[in-house]
Amino acid sequence: MIALLLRDLRLALRAGGGFGLGLAFFLLVAVLVPLGVGPEPATLAKIAPGILWVGALLACLLSLDRIFALDHEDGSLDLLATAPIPLEGVVAVKACAHWIVTGLPLTLVSPLLGLLMNLPAEGYPLLLASLAIGTPALSVIGTFGAALTVGLKRGGLLLSLLVLPLYVPTLVFGAEAVRRGALGMDVATPFLLLGGITAGVAALLPFASAAAVRINLR
Amino acid sequence: MAMSIWEYANPKKFMETSSIALPWAAGGALLCLIVGLVWGFFFTPDDYKQGSTVKIIYLHVPSALMAINAWLMMLAASLIWLVRRHHVSALAAKAAGPVGLTFTLVALVTGAVWGQPMWGTWWAWDPRLTSFLILALFYLGYIALWQAVENPDTAADLTSVLCIVGSVFAVLSRYAVNFWNQGLHQGASLSLDKEENVADVFYFPLLVCIGGFVLLFLTLVLLRTRTEIRVRRVQALLARERMA
Repeated sequence: MIALLLRDLRLALRAGGGFGLGLAFFLLVAVLVPLGVGPEPATLAKIAPGILWVGALLACLLSLDRIFALDHEDGSLDLLATAPIPLEGVVAVKACAHWIVTGLPLTLVSPLLGLLMNLPAEGYPLLLASLAIGTPALSVIGTFGAALTVGLKRGGLLLSLLVLPLYVPTLVFGAEAVRRGALGMDVATPFLLLGGITAGVAALLPFASAAAVRINLR
Repeated sequence: MAMSIWEYANPKKFMETSSIALPWAAGGALLCLIVGLVWGFFFTPDDYKQGSTVKIIYLHVPSALMAINAWLMMLAASLIWLVRRHHVSALAAKAAGPVGLTFTLVALVTGAVWGQPMWGTWWAWDPRLTSFLILALFYLGYIALWQAVENPDTAADLTSVLCIVGSVFAVLSRYAVNFWNQGLHQGASLSLDKEENVADVFYFPLLVCIGGFVLLFLTLVLLRTRTEIRVRRVQALLARERMA
């Protein structure tokens, strides 16, 4: 499984473009929103947590179809499905690799974008923490969506339609944690719920994703 | 042999039974809706605060109720398909999707029409309103997945998995948005706890309307399932033609 993780990471890094694309998109969102909303620091500070979370979510969405599509095209997905490790494990590893190449960099650059969005100082640690806890859930849920649409020719738009409603709880709790933190309120509840969602989907959703992959490979 | 509910999983048996049940369900739906709506619209007093706008409750509450129950029916049918592989079950789930979406949209639109005079706004990011909008998105995704996958069995499997996962997330979203914003929408008006209910004079016509909507849902789903079964038969015939 570690070999598979390394292979996925290597492919993602060397394929060119795919890796940086999500980050560039995230940056663009943080640049475009102030241009659209206007440069008042107070307004930006107010909407910063929500915009940064929505930006991270959309950036994550961009790269979802790559999780299985290339492996499906060249047939390595069939090999993985017949490999001695369980398909649930393969799917979990792929979600993990997706998180390392999208979720983790997004989390790491988010303070910089928080600066652009005039996020209050108390918000930074919370933004980092909420993205670090929440983005794995985005990758795992996204892997499920990618597994559902793996056999389709033009699955990209459908994938967004399927995955975005599933992102609602993660988004609500993640953005709420940062918003409350920026206002100086108690943040334990949204953080616990966010962590609960991540832990829950990481434990259960690989089974659904693996089932969907099996159906699609049949 | 003892009768088993699974006998209706046989398409032929289902077609026979549903052809008998369909006119009764349709007639019952028509009767209940006419009685309930006429009673509700013309023979109940106006609310002392809301005036006659309160009467939209006879469309709003039953459609909202059925929007949720349609998803539950799809969930049950999806589970039956995954466990027992009865094609009628998968087709019934497929048939219920657009019906449920329509009920969701009716609930949203009547809610907006009601909200405008009462709350002074067509739309508010209230937990109930928001979760219904999300429910509509779930329905859209479900229907779109049925449309997108060509192989009918694969489509049935994938949509069933989506329906199960979606159910969990729909419930999660419902409580997540609760947490996120306090609402304008009133609490339960039909709970078994009598204290909270609407007054009896509105309650009884409302029950008749709900009965009408349940029968309407049943009628539409039976009709659409029968259509799907016929489509399958036609496709099977065409395939046989090509083979010959």
